[in-house]
Amino acid sequence: MVLLLQETEYPNMTQPILSIRDLTVEIPTRYGILRPVDGVSYDIAPGEILGVVGESGAGKSMAGNAVIGLLSPPARISRGEIHVNGARIDHLKGDAMRRLRGKEIGMVFQDPLTSLNPLLRIGDQLTETILAHLDVTKAQAAERAIAALDEVGIPGARERINSYPHEFSGGMRQRVVIALALCAEPSLIIADEPTTALDVSVQAQIIALLKQLCRDRGTAVMLITHDMGVIAEAADRVAVMYAGKLVELGPVRDVLTTPRHPYTDGLMGSTPLASRGKARLHQIPGAMPRLDSLPSGCAFHPRCPYATARCKADPAPTLSDGGGAAACFFPLPHATKVA
Amino acid sequence: MVLVSVEHLTRIFDVSKPWLNRLVERRRKAFLTAVSDVSFEIEEKTVYALVGESGSGKSTVGKMLVGLLSPSEGSVKIRDVDLARETDAGKVDAVRADIQMIFQDPFASLNPRWRVRDIIVEPVAARGGQTEGLAEKLLEQVGLSARDAGKFPHEFSGGQRQRICIARALASEPKLIVCDEPTSALDVSVQAQVLNLMSDLKDDLGLTYLFISHDLTVVQHISDRVGVLYLGRLVEEADPDALFDDPKHPYTQMLLAAAPQLGSFGREVPPPKGEIPDPINPPSGCAYHPRCPLVGDICKVERPQMRMLRGAKVACHMAR
Repeated sequence: MVLLLQETEYPNMTQPILSIRDLTVEIPTRYGILRPVDGVSYDIAPGEILGVVGESGAGKSMAGNAVIGLLSPPARISRGEIHVNGARIDHLKGDAMRRLRGKEIGMVFQDPLTSLNPLLRIGDQLTETILAHLDVTKAQAAERAIAALDEVGIPGARERINSYPHEFSGGMRQRVVIALALCAEPSLIIADEPTTALDVSVQAQIIALLKQLCRDRGTAVMLITHDMGVIAEAADRVAVMYAGKLVELGPVRDVLTTPRHPYTDGLMGSTPLASRGKARLHQIPGAMPRLDSLPSGCAFHPRCPYATARCKADPAPTLSDGGGAAACFFPLPHATKVA
Repeated sequence: MVLVSVEHLTRIFDVSKPWLNRLVERRRKAFLTAVSDVSFEIEEKTVYALVGESGSGKSTVGKMLVGLLSPSEGSVKIRDVDLARETDAGKVDAVRADIQMIFQDPFASLNPRWRVRDIIVEPVAARGGQTEGLAEKLLEQVGLSARDAGKFPHEFSGGQRQRICIARALASEPKLIVCDEPTSALDVSVQAQVLNLMSDLKDDLGLTYLFISHDLTVVQHISDRVGVLYLGRLVEEADPDALFDDPKHPYTQMLLAAAPQLGSFGREVPPPKGEIPDPINPPSGCAYHPRCPLVGDICKVERPQMRMLRGAKVACHMAR
């Protein structure tokens, strides 16, 4: 732990907005304790977009939910620390967390229809959030709500504020959700698959919007997605997760062009690319292991083309923030494949 | 040889409110044109891909091809048999056995109370065919184990379930498989496994696919011919190389520019404007004209016909 903290000092950088250290989430079950997030550490600087990628079951959403305090029991944070703007938040409960949520941390979910109340006008939903977190009058709150809708590019915000969620299209609804996440001016936004339910052209609009807001306001964004293309276009750095563990972390260009962890390499190889034409896609054999039957040693070893006896026996090295290294005994590029 | 020929296919849905509401609220009947005058042909042993955003009518075309929906106008002919109008029941039956479908969601398309064996042999059993050992053979063909035949769907992961769906589609030895977003619900690494399996099966068994997808990179990878749909209309049709290197229709150009690309780090492109219009009241003339950068006066009044342009078919007045 001491070593880890020393390595993560940022002499030349401002204080990170979000700082996660050794975060572990546990779910006690009849069959033993499951760890959907296991020893994850990373920082997000002001104005930075950190992409969190991984396949279903990798624990990427669970990590986001842990940060915003939305773990549903019996899941709980069993180890590690979460700091937002220097203040520790992982042990906050009830009211204290509620004040923080929305004020310091905004959240954008995948499905914009289920994250809005269908029975309330969007203006009421926005002013409710603003009044809860900021010390303003109702009239000021309404003005702020209009300004927020304007900022996310909803035409005719002054009239649209009286509309219900069903009167908006999917893309416009996601803009409303982003306005809702932004209206109390949080310093961190967690966007959990914000474009997965949207069409390509609308997705491009939403990504452009997130990037612009991030740049203009210096908001830190945790962008959780499974789409490598979205990561490549939007993120500054990328964190790759596998079976609850962080396996690779680094600048997006480095990680995507020269992956160090065999899993990242496999993911990139299995993504269809224009330049590869119709050649066979690279396959990672098997599937993500279930949390109740994780393999011994490195969780990726049964699917890894380079696995050795050591990978089966010893737990893989944990990844410390700061470097571009991978949580692997034999990071790529290295010698030949083990048969 | 042409296996499927689709001619002037149109499908209109009646989305009116009930008659009493119409009477009280003085509303007219409302019609949604999901597919409008679409024509294309699929060669035998090739992959024809239909791409488009939600609401473009690509799934409706797929359903009309397998006979789940009947066309309002136009026709689908499979080996020169028009399924909706052919009166000879024997002919229709023979052609129907040659078509199968794979759906998007492998969790919703398998009956949770049936064992895998029964699910897979159903297309054959329903026609009174011989099913002894068939499920086991097909399971091994799609990369699962023969022992899996006795299990239930919930014991499998998403990718494995999609393999079961493929095995079921193969059971009646079809010639044409309509795949409606077969990999959209899957993770990238599993998607790669399923796409590779589908290409192998196509080569081994001489299958023809109609591949419906919104994912341009997947389409580019697997298809031999691509049709782009916008608001129920076919706007461009070309070979994948021609389409992706030199898109001619402004909508195709917009789609390609908007699709996230792995190589374009921190790319700053002006995001596309507007959204797909309401299909109940589509724009006059060319359906894309309110969003089109090339729009001219003629686009607002006259619907463009398909024409040849540099080796591709494109429905646009302005494309040069």
